[in-house]
Amino acid sequence: MLTIKNLQAKVGEKQILNGIDLKVNAGEVHAIMGPNGSGKSTLASVLAGREDFEVTSGEVDFLGKNLLELEPEDRAREGIFMAFQYPVEIPGVSTINFMKTALNQIRQYRGQQALDAVSFLQLMKEKMKLVEIDQSLLSRSLNEGFSGGEKKRNEIFQMAMLEPKLSILDETDSGLDIDALRIVANGVNKLRTKNNAVIVVTHYQRLLDYIVPDFVHVLYKGKIVKSGGKELALELEAKGYDWIKNEAAVA
Amino acid sequence: MKPLLPDMSTPITRDINNEIAESFHQSKFDVANDYRKSAFAFFEKTGLPTAKQEEYRFTPISKGLEKNFTWDSKESTSSINSIDAFLIPNLDANILVFINGRYSESFSKIISPESEVRINTLSEAFRSDSSLVSSYLDKVLHPEKDPFTAMNSAFWQEGLFIHVPENSNVSKPVFILHLNDAGEGQVISQTKVLGILEKGSQLSVVEKFNSIGLNPVFHNFSEEWIVKEKSHLEYCKIQNDTGKSYQVTNTVIHQSDNSLLNTFTLTLNGQLVRNNLGIVIDGKQCESHFYGLYLVNGNTLADNHTVVDHKKPNSFSNEMYKGIMDGNSKGVFNGKIFVRPHAQKTNAFQSNRNILVSDSASINTKPQLEIWADDVKCSHGCTSGQLDDEAMFYLRSRGIAAPIAKAMLLYAFASEVLAPIQNETLKLYLDNLIAERLHKNF
Repeated sequence: MLTIKNLQAKVGEKQILNGIDLKVNAGEVHAIMGPNGSGKSTLASVLAGREDFEVTSGEVDFLGKNLLELEPEDRAREGIFMAFQYPVEIPGVSTINFMKTALNQIRQYRGQQALDAVSFLQLMKEKMKLVEIDQSLLSRSLNEGFSGGEKKRNEIFQMAMLEPKLSILDETDSGLDIDALRIVANGVNKLRTKNNAVIVVTHYQRLLDYIVPDFVHVLYKGKIVKSGGKELALELEAKGYDWIKNEAAVA
Repeated sequence: MKPLLPDMSTPITRDINNEIAESFHQSKFDVANDYRKSAFAFFEKTGLPTAKQEEYRFTPISKGLEKNFTWDSKESTSSINSIDAFLIPNLDANILVFINGRYSESFSKIISPESEVRINTLSEAFRSDSSLVSSYLDKVLHPEKDPFTAMNSAFWQEGLFIHVPENSNVSKPVFILHLNDAGEGQVISQTKVLGILEKGSQLSVVEKFNSIGLNPVFHNFSEEWIVKEKSHLEYCKIQNDTGKSYQVTNTVIHQSDNSLLNTFTLTLNGQLVRNNLGIVIDGKQCESHFYGLYLVNGNTLADNHTVVDHKKPNSFSNEMYKGIMDGNSKGVFNGKIFVRPHAQKTNAFQSNRNILVSDSASINTKPQLEIWADDVKCSHGCTSGQLDDEAMFYLRSRGIAAPIAKAMLLYAFASEVLAPIQNETLKLYLDNLIAERLHKNF
């Protein structure tokens, strides 16, 4: 589904990604872990198309398309979804209107008819249950005055609505208490199928207790320095990141 | 011989001031000749404002008038035969229509009974009710302080006198349409409104300014609203003129004890629009909300000068003006708040927020607070900037095309100012105007 080859990117003069190689197939969950400043969130942002970053080298193929050539909205329409680490507050735009616009833009791109009000509402109600989010929250201005947990739940609600092929969760666990974490993770798990894939970017192992990865990759200084199964995450939790840093230094 | 270059150091308004004077002396007025003469004396003292005057620094109105208009006492004709396109759909209202500064009996329609509200033309009121009119006219507007006010009081072609008796709740709004038709030549129109809300009364007013035709239009408008004890005025101004229109409006609203005021000013079009809005809070426990939105593009210059004068204690004023400037448009905002020594326990808030959509658009904003009382709560803030990149990215990352994302954000920013508008029909109309301007299509 996604093939990243030697991806390098910088922000301003600062090189952050130093050659990432990664392959994600349909049905898989990949966790990207690593110490602060290793480039985890940059990787997520580059895939979603954030313009602050300049890709200096490498290729990203997503379902046969050159992802790096696409505008952010076209990436979303092709099936990429990033759950933001810091969801933006937008006064005056309700989540409901926002989602209706987004969904119909995506449907239009795919040559489908716009959803009428009734079908949209029906779909929304169904997805609301999945992430245990209240309709009153969705009628309010997007993320405005939401708690940390409500913002993250809203991200997963959007993911449920847009049914992406590849979801990238950027530090979705940050700022969540254990109950909110469970709700968010349950939502993600219910959305998993054999046809879609998830990349979980996280600093801590605890989210991976709920969203169990098939592969764990450790990012350090802009490179994947170690890959393994879910047991690698547990090892990191027990031993910290220092041994990885030492290994990388030796190599 | 080389042609003489004009001397740039002399005020550019020299010639036009003479022309205006000549025009005044040649005009034959039906009513209020003495009143006009004394007002014109004030105008002659200063003439039109030059760019050197602080109040008109960013707004070269005199230059525009000199360049585009000839001043004779001739009035322009109009062949307009329907005003439907300029009405607010489904607004059940008293309709008062001015075409090129003259009251149009045939297009106007008064539906409220006289026991609720008395509406006359100003010249009619001058004849039938001269002592009442004279005791209010120009008492809160000051022709000696602003040349356009003086000019208006001297030249006004026609106007309205609106009188709401004590405890009358006027159930239908008063809709005033100022239509200028420059199809057959330039138009200079000068109109005037005097409104009095007696104790405990309630009125909603909508003023709409439109122009058609390709020739230049200058509209000089003045009005005074006297809002007495426990009265409530809703006031909305919609300025949607064509590209060659120059407009100056001077509005002063005077509030007495326990009165309530909501104003909203929407500026969408025109070459140059200058609004002077003054609120005199001359009473205790008053509440005043005044909101404004200038949504301009092309070469439009929209200038809002507002003054809130807190003269008595325990009142509350809240001002919020927002601007979106596209193309080569310019915005000017100046907000003065005065809190006089007696006006203790005043709460006065002001905010002015601006978004520049294009690189060649500009905004000049200046809050001015002068506070002489010591026990008050006042705040002000102004911001100018571009659309938030992070918000744009957020919307786009969900599949929304950039132009639609932009429209969504601008619409959300702009529509906040509609919050205080009570009349749902009016609100829907304004909402549609804003949506249409911002190409909202979602």
